[in-house]
Amino acid sequence: MNGFPRGKTAIVGSATYGIGKNPGLSSMDIAVNASIRALSAAGMKPGDVDALFICLPDNFLSGLTFAEYLGIQPKITENNRTGGSAFLTHLQSACLALDAGLCDVALIAYGSNQLSGAGKPVTPTGAAPYEGPYKPRLPVSAYALAASRHMHEYGTTPEQLAEVAVSARQWANLNPDAWMQGDLSVDDVLAARRVSTPLGIRDCCLVTDGGAAIVVTRADRARDHASAPAYVLGAAAATFHHNISQMPDLTVTAASESGPQAFAQAGVKPSDIDVVELYDAFTINPILFMEDLGFCAKGEGGAFFENGHTAPGGAQPVNTNGGGLSCVHPGMYGLFTLVEATQQVTGAAGARQVAGAKLALAHGSGGYLSSQATVILGAGETV
Amino acid sequence: MTERSTGIRPEREYREHLADGRFMLLRSRSSGRCMFYPRVAEPVTGNTDLEWVEASGDGTVYATTAVNQRPPTPAYNVALIDLAEGPRMMSRVEGVAAEDVRIGMPVKARIIDEDGAPLLVFDPA
Repeated sequence: MNGFPRGKTAIVGSATYGIGKNPGLSSMDIAVNASIRALSAAGMKPGDVDALFICLPDNFLSGLTFAEYLGIQPKITENNRTGGSAFLTHLQSACLALDAGLCDVALIAYGSNQLSGAGKPVTPTGAAPYEGPYKPRLPVSAYALAASRHMHEYGTTPEQLAEVAVSARQWANLNPDAWMQGDLSVDDVLAARRVSTPLGIRDCCLVTDGGAAIVVTRADRARDHASAPAYVLGAAAATFHHNISQMPDLTVTAASESGPQAFAQAGVKPSDIDVVELYDAFTINPILFMEDLGFCAKGEGGAFFENGHTAPGGAQPVNTNGGGLSCVHPGMYGLFTLVEATQQVTGAAGARQVAGAKLALAHGSGGYLSSQATVILGAGETV
Repeated sequence: MTERSTGIRPEREYREHLADGRFMLLRSRSSGRCMFYPRVAEPVTGNTDLEWVEASGDGTVYATTAVNQRPPTPAYNVALIDLAEGPRMMSRVEGVAAEDVRIGMPVKARIIDEDGAPLLVFDPA
């Protein structure tokens, strides 16, 4: 008994929609478009959904609005919002509810029109009273502070941070949906305008529109809906803080708890994982997460991204869609890690497909490295 | 109208002390620990036996960033400061260029007036 119904549920449909710019579409429109695509991939219609998991950037009751929009009457309407990790915690809850028989078909959805709408990141929280007067440029300054500490403690370099962005761009160049493409070198990243030192603009995620959705059922029904289901082997979450000034240790995230727990549930270890999909809001994130998830020792995350180790052709592919840095970042990116992980373990990733990928790790981060959620997906033979 | 709540009013009292020229921290009498930011109960223990104590103003830079602005306006500093009493807070270090603030640098608190309100900043000690 490890607290999770390993392999008892599976993702049977996944999709993205509107990566880039969508003038005239609301965030809800984009979320619905992604959902229709994901349901269609599973051979389903909105009326088949009886459990809904959603949070939108600009609608605190989006579960109710979404249900109304598509005329569905869910038994479970989950609006949990822990930031960008929310969708992975949604999956954790959905799997437990499916396994308990509380519902049969769970839909997890997200959409944002932040580029064509607001034109800047939309944040659902105001300035914290004890931080606001110092005018941190949030979110980037929070991650800059974490990067400064990691550099101080472990000698991590700006070049190593830049390697994270370069690796993401090389994957994006293989993904026709990615919003940013073209050559990007370490020197380009270092020469880019500094925003909040040590981070420059190419260390920061994109501001785009975009939606994503996944459909989850019990494994006994999964093969009726997908030729290649992605089985959920583990899902765990942890929260340490909200504001960056309250983070206990700026070099250790709650992924140090969610990661080992998800691996224990799945019965696998980091060296078994074929592809890793991380929420890379800023270049320091993947460095922290690879350490905290156990892919390398604490302090070695910077070196992990050197020499193309995580890039196409490298030994440990990371962020194979191009990530939030080069593919899509519509405010809360978390669900895109699950869509890409699903695509990879079901062999549907096209030119960026990692050959033989059977095990994928998806990891979401919410707030300011605050809330962390880890999911491990596997192809049929891993169950 | 009568105010119904009793005990600590954290943010209001913190700011009133600051306006009086005093940097005060909340401390639990039973645990002896100080907290920042001020709260109605101590984290983890839930202790409500709280009292205001004056901070030494001594601190150390834990993390730092220079926030760039459109030139020629210079960058400004945002830092996390570990207070001698234990808690950590966000602030900024003044008196040196934003980029020259170093982790581990000893600093000393000072209360300034900014945008019509008292604000705690730090100088190199």
